[in-house]
Amino acid sequence: VYRLHGRYHEMAPNVVPMDYTKDPDVKLPMQLIINMPELKENPFKERIVESFSEDGGGSLSFNDFVDMFSVLSEMAPRELKAIYAFKIYDFNTDNFICKSDLEKTLNKLTREELTAEEITLVCEKVIEEADMDGDGKLGFADFENMISKAPDFLSTFHIRI
Amino acid sequence: MSRSRPPSVTLRVPEDTESDGQEPSPDSEGALHTSFHQLIQEQSSLVEAGLELEMQARGREHPARLDPPDACAAAWPEPGQGEQHPGYSSASLRILASMPSRTIGRSRGAIISQYYNRTARLRRRSSRPPLQHLCRTARPSLRQYDLETDPARATLEDKRSLLVKELLSLSPGQRSHMLLTVPLSLAEKRTLRQELSGQRGAPRQHRVPSSPCGWSKDDIALSCRGLWYRLLSLLPAAQPWHYALKQIGGRFGSSVLSYFLFLKTLLMFNIVPLLILLVFVVALQAAYPPASASPRPFTGLELLTGAGYFTHSLLYYGYYSNATLNDPCASSPNGSACPLAAPPLPYNMPLAYVFSVGVSFLITCVLLVYSMSRSFGESYRVGSSTGDLAARVFSAWDFKVVQRRSVKLQSKNICTQLKELLAEQRSRSRSLSLCQRLGHCAVLLLAWALALGTVLGCVLAVRYLSEHMHAVQQGHRARGSGQRWQEAVPLVLPLVVSLLNALMPHLYNLLALWERQDSPVARLYVAICRNLLLKMVVLGLLCYQWLSRRVVCSAEECWETCVGQDLYRFMVMDFIFTLLDTFFGELVWRLILEKRLKRKQRPEFDIARNVLQLIYGQTLTWLGVLFAPLLPAVQMLKLLLLFYIKKTSLMQNCRSPSKPWQASHMSTVFVTLLCFPSFLGAAVFLSYTIWSVRPSDTCGPFRGLETIYKSGKTWVQVLERSNPNIGWLAWAHQHLLQDTFLLFLVSGVLLAVTYFNVQVVRGQRRIIRLLKEQIANEGEDKIFLIQKLHAVYEQRERRA
Repeated sequence: VYRLHGRYHEMAPNVVPMDYTKDPDVKLPMQLIINMPELKENPFKERIVESFSEDGGGSLSFNDFVDMFSVLSEMAPRELKAIYAFKIYDFNTDNFICKSDLEKTLNKLTREELTAEEITLVCEKVIEEADMDGDGKLGFADFENMISKAPDFLSTFHIRI
Repeated sequence: MSRSRPPSVTLRVPEDTESDGQEPSPDSEGALHTSFHQLIQEQSSLVEAGLELEMQARGREHPARLDPPDACAAAWPEPGQGEQHPGYSSASLRILASMPSRTIGRSRGAIISQYYNRTARLRRRSSRPPLQHLCRTARPSLRQYDLETDPARATLEDKRSLLVKELLSLSPGQRSHMLLTVPLSLAEKRTLRQELSGQRGAPRQHRVPSSPCGWSKDDIALSCRGLWYRLLSLLPAAQPWHYALKQIGGRFGSSVLSYFLFLKTLLMFNIVPLLILLVFVVALQAAYPPASASPRPFTGLELLTGAGYFTHSLLYYGYYSNATLNDPCASSPNGSACPLAAPPLPYNMPLAYVFSVGVSFLITCVLLVYSMSRSFGESYRVGSSTGDLAARVFSAWDFKVVQRRSVKLQSKNICTQLKELLAEQRSRSRSLSLCQRLGHCAVLLLAWALALGTVLGCVLAVRYLSEHMHAVQQGHRARGSGQRWQEAVPLVLPLVVSLLNALMPHLYNLLALWERQDSPVARLYVAICRNLLLKMVVLGLLCYQWLSRRVVCSAEECWETCVGQDLYRFMVMDFIFTLLDTFFGELVWRLILEKRLKRKQRPEFDIARNVLQLIYGQTLTWLGVLFAPLLPAVQMLKLLLLFYIKKTSLMQNCRSPSKPWQASHMSTVFVTLLCFPSFLGAAVFLSYTIWSVRPSDTCGPFRGLETIYKSGKTWVQVLERSNPNIGWLAWAHQHLLQDTFLLFLVSGVLLAVTYFNVQVVRGQRRIIRLLKEQIANEGEDKIFLIQKLHAVYEQRERRA
């Protein structure tokens, strides 16, 4: 935790206090956090910071910062990671991964190198495979079920700090 | 976004319904969902003033008629957004917006009530309430719920206290697991923990008089765990290579990282036998050196050949004495009587030797099986035959990758992967003609025949070479040529074997290019199969030659030391050739590509080939532990050097792999390969040596005995004679280890357990299928109910 505090402090040394016993209310804005070397090149960095921020706007207090890296660490249990992964991939925050969310995800993953037709095909296939109750969207139960079949999820959804 | 709206549109519904009048923040309690809030506002803004009063009057009836959303239902999805169903009234939209599927995971209260239900279910699973207390009229799935204490209506503080109460009734392990998995922020978890410890303090005061020392089991468990974490944080050395691995993962991704993690695992596997042998065998023999050694001068060639100075040293089997150490009688001249009493702590060297080797193999076996079962558990799932594409899309992005160039490469990889998957699915729908299929089969058969032919050719070559080398060595010995020449000749065989091991994989790669398999995964498996076959068959031939001693080491008196030396030479040659392979395969190839062919692409890091090389080296170590007890130390040194060399070469010369690589799946495959052909073969070799081979007469701890196993047997007999009370040990030894009945019994039990597990898995698959059907049915039910609800509201409006 000291290491994390060091990293948090060095992002804005004049704002973040070294002493946290008085529980100060300091929040760092999103712009500073997404410039961290671990997150800078990640296409989902804005979504990651937004899902961990208390007010939904993207500024993280130290607690949120620790939360974020603890969920993304090796020791976090699979269910917790699945919950936050679902939040990250849900771009319009309606608690479902609908077709537009999927399209946005795919565009970010491939830097828009797939043609529109291919993207539609992939989205349809994904929804067809994962949607169990036939509503055309992925709810959290569908997502978790699908993630449990992906053994790589635990190792890829992991940032070392 | 076209919306057909009926003229009598619903208007601003009065503010006194329950879930109303609050800000649409995702974290506020019982809030309307944001996406619906906007919709409702839009609809209400097109108000017609005349109908307003009437709606207000009817609105007061609504709360009474609204059925509360079923809090016990799981997260049911909603049939399309409100825009797609324009006819839905604002009131029904309001109901839909407060459904659990919209609020779960969003508001703190919903999360707490969800986890309250989960912990309550956990508690109830362990203690079922008696049947008389269950309500008969409720649905079977609802009977176990206390609907009165359903927390969906309570305030945040009430919900929190309910959750704390439930958590207190769990065991500490379950409690900490539950706290870990709750997706609340750290501040919330801290308050929960504080409430937990506060509540626990009160009942503890009642318990203190009963237990004298005042420590409960929870306290001990918690304090142990706290101590362990503090220890871990203080020891940076407990995480060796942390930064190096982070660098590698950041630049090349999880696939290349898995090679280095495998190397680290092998290092750990070697520590155990090394420690055991060091403590029980090597150190004690070093303290009591045998008198007979005549040391030869140390020349540099020893490091390569393992002979010369090293022959009569701790490194090999021949050095170890066959008597009890620290026995003063043994060092006195032969024939004279021994007036001194027996030593206080006799240390029987032969027993120590055979038991240490046996125990280290047993511990390695247990560790291997444990790690294999753990990675199996992580990578295989029941009923996971479909759902490839979806799972791969969501777990494709490796969050560890940090550098810009690698990130671009990763995007391109994912793009290629998806295109390949789509192409594969398109081609699967298109079936090949019969002629094409036959042609493809013929090519496959030919390629396999070629591969097997090369393996056979290599084996024969090795056999003839070893016979030839033996003849050459006899000739040299007869002629009495120089010492150096005699020591260089045995190096030829290891050199040739390592050369074959290094060159044949490239040939197999070419073969695979010609074959043109469809899926990259199949290509990878075929390559691994062929390489492994070659290595294992060559090793098998060598083992046969060592044990039968018709060709190799036949002239030596101390054949075990000779075999140990041979294995040492094989290991050193393997290391040298790995270095050469890295040098030529990566550095020189990169220079050629850049300077001569002017291509910007760097060579790829071939993971499968490198991992197989590691497995081969480890097999050699395990084969040689009996004959050269310090071989694990040599292997550990080799692995350490290899880590740094490979890492440097990787950073300078290579790029990340372009083929898709399922990291955890492949790690499982590698650990399985380490266990099955490699460790099992070494264990069989060791058992055969101990049980059936006659040790040499002049050297080593087992000289003069019929087999190594006899030493254990004589010891048991000696024990029995000296102390008749331990007769049961001799009986157990005779009947359990020597009779074959026990073996049959154990294999029978194993088969029964396997059959049982297979049946359980089949049952689970059936249950999964039934549950999926049930989910689909419930989804249809829900759509039906929502449509009915809307129909009811529409009717009411029409009546108005």
